[in-house]
Amino acid sequence: MTTPSSTALNEQTQVSLRKPGKLAVLWSDLKRDRVSWMFLAPFLILFFVFTVLPVLTSIGMSFTYYNMMEPPKFIGLSNYKLLFVDDDIFLKAVGITLKFAFITGPVGYAMSFILAWLISQIPIKYRFFYTLCFYTPSITSATAMAVVWLYLFAGDRKGLLNYYAMKLGIIDEPYLFLQNIHSIVPVIIIVSLWMSMGVGFLAFLAGLQNVPKDLYEAGSIDGIRFRWQQLFYITIPAVKPQLLFGAVLQIVSSLTVFDVSLQLVGLPSPLYAGHTIMTHMYDYAFIKFEMGYAAAIAVVLFAMMIGINRLIFKWLGKD
Amino acid sequence: MTGTVKGRRIDWGGIVLYLFLTALGLLMLLPLIYMISNAFKPTSELFLFPPRFFVKNPTLMNFRDLLLITGTTSVPFSRYIFNSIFVSGCIVVFGVIISAMAAYPLAKHKMRFGSFIFNMIVLALMFSPLVVQIPQYLLISKLGLINTYWALILPFVAAPTGMFLMTQFLRQLPDALLEAARMDGASEWRVFWAVVMPMLKPAISTFALLSFIAAWNDPHPAQVYTTDDDMKTLPFAVLTLSGGVGVIARVGTLGAASLLMIIPTIVVFVVTQRMVLQTMAHSGLKE
Repeated sequence: MTTPSSTALNEQTQVSLRKPGKLAVLWSDLKRDRVSWMFLAPFLILFFVFTVLPVLTSIGMSFTYYNMMEPPKFIGLSNYKLLFVDDDIFLKAVGITLKFAFITGPVGYAMSFILAWLISQIPIKYRFFYTLCFYTPSITSATAMAVVWLYLFAGDRKGLLNYYAMKLGIIDEPYLFLQNIHSIVPVIIIVSLWMSMGVGFLAFLAGLQNVPKDLYEAGSIDGIRFRWQQLFYITIPAVKPQLLFGAVLQIVSSLTVFDVSLQLVGLPSPLYAGHTIMTHMYDYAFIKFEMGYAAAIAVVLFAMMIGINRLIFKWLGKD
Repeated sequence: MTGTVKGRRIDWGGIVLYLFLTALGLLMLLPLIYMISNAFKPTSELFLFPPRFFVKNPTLMNFRDLLLITGTTSVPFSRYIFNSIFVSGCIVVFGVIISAMAAYPLAKHKMRFGSFIFNMIVLALMFSPLVVQIPQYLLISKLGLINTYWALILPFVAAPTGMFLMTQFLRQLPDALLEAARMDGASEWRVFWAVVMPMLKPAISTFALLSFIAAWNDPHPAQVYTTDDDMKTLPFAVLTLSGGVGVIARVGTLGAASLLMIIPTIVVFVVTQRMVLQTMAHSGLKE
C-alpha cells in the first residue's frame, strides 16, 4: 500500500530537483532576456497605458454611471439594457453603420485589389502615376475635403452636381443631397469609397509586385493561358497574407465611419439619417458627458470589430 | 488571342487597360483638381452662376487673406501651422524610434512572451483607436496634460500598424550582418543603431508616412484634449474657418487652408513611395 505512493512521491521530488519551479524558470528567462525587455520597454509602456489600459477601463466603465462630476456608480448591465432595448437611435445607428459597412467594406476592398492588380499588369515606369491617382484621395483629410464635397453636393442650383444634372435634363429642380434622408447614406458611401484605396491598396500593390516570376512560368507549363486563370490559380494564393492584412484594415475603417459623416451632414444629422455608432458614442461622450453609457457603446463597437475580424481570419486565414 | 499571356499582335487588352486606368485615375483626381482651382479663385468667381469648375483669373488673394486674418480669435494662422508641424513631427520621430526599438527584439531575439506581445499587437490592429477615446481622455485629464503638447503626442506614439509593419519587415532580413557585428564585440545597443536602423530604412519611411498622415489629418486630439486656441492644430483651424458643419462661409480662405492641409501629405507620399512599396510586400498576416 505504501510502496506505490512513496515511489510516486520520490519521482515528484526528483522531478522538482531536476527542474526548478515554474516561477524560477520565468525569472531566469526574464533575466536572460533583460536586454530585449529594455528595447521593448518604451513601446510597451505607452502601448499599455494608451491602448491596453483604456480597453480594460472601457469595459469596466460600461457597467457604471459616470458623468465626470461625481464618482462612477456601479449599475450592472443597465447601460447595455438601455442600449439594446430602449435606445431607438442607437439601433438606428447600428443599422446605418452595418448598411454602410456592408457596401463600402466589400466594394472598397474589391476595388483596391482589382486596381492594384491592373496596375501590376503595366510596366513599372508607368505604375507610379496610377498609384498616385488612386492612393492620394485616401491620404486627404476628411476635414479639408469637406469644402469640395459641400460645393459638389450643394442643394441649390449652384451646386456642381445639381447644375450639371439639370443642364443634362436628368432632374428639373435641385436635389438636396445632404439634407434628404434618402441620399445622405449614399453620399457618405461615395465619398468613403473615393477615399478607400489606402494602406490595404498599397499592401496589395506591393504583394503583387513580389509574386515570384517562376510561379508564372511553372503555371504556363501547366497549361495556364489566360490572365484570369493566372489571377485565380497563382496570384491570389500568392498574395493571401496581404489580402488578410487589407481585410482587417478595411473592416476597421468601414465600421468606424465618422469623420466623413460629421463633416458632410453634421451631428445630429437630419432625422439621424447619417448617424453611425461612432457618432452616437461621440455624442454621449463629449457632448452629453455620459461616459459610462458611451463606454458601453464603445465596447459594443469593439466587440463587433474583433468578432468580424476573427470570422474573416477563420475564413481567409486557413491554408 | 487578345488577353492571353503572350500576345504578339496589337495588344487590344493592353490599350483598353490603359484607357480604363487613365479615365478612372483622372476621375479620382477631379475633386482634388477642383479644390486646387477653388483655392486660386477670386471672390467674384466663387459665387458665379453658372458655377465654373476651373479658375479663370487665378489669384493668390486667398492665401494672403489666410495668413493675415486673425479672425474671431487672436491666434495667427501660422500658429496652427506650427502646432501641426511640431505635433506631427514629434509623433513621427518618437514613434519611429520606440517602434524600431521594440521591433528589433520581437523579430530577432528569442525571448519569452515575444509571440504573445506580437499577437497583442495584431489584435490591436483589429480595432480602431477611436473606440478607446473616452478612457484616453479621462487618463489625460487625470494626468493634468490637458492643453499641453504631451496630450497631442503621447497617446499616438505607440501605433500598432506601424509597429506591425516594422516587425514583419525586420523578420525577413538576414541575420548574417547582426551576427557579424556581435562577433566583433558590439553590444546589442550598438548593433541596433549601427546595423538594424540602416537596414530598416524602408520600414521607417513607411512608418513615417502612415503616422504622419494619421497625425496631420486628425482633428480630434486638438478638439478633445485642448481648450486653448494657442494649442489647436490645422484641421481644427480649418473646421473653425468653415464656421461649423455644413456652413459655407469664407469660401476662398477655406479653400486655401484646405489645400495647404493636403499638400504636405501628398509630398510625403511622393518622397517615400518607393520604400513604402518595399515594406508593404511584407505586410502579410497569417493565422
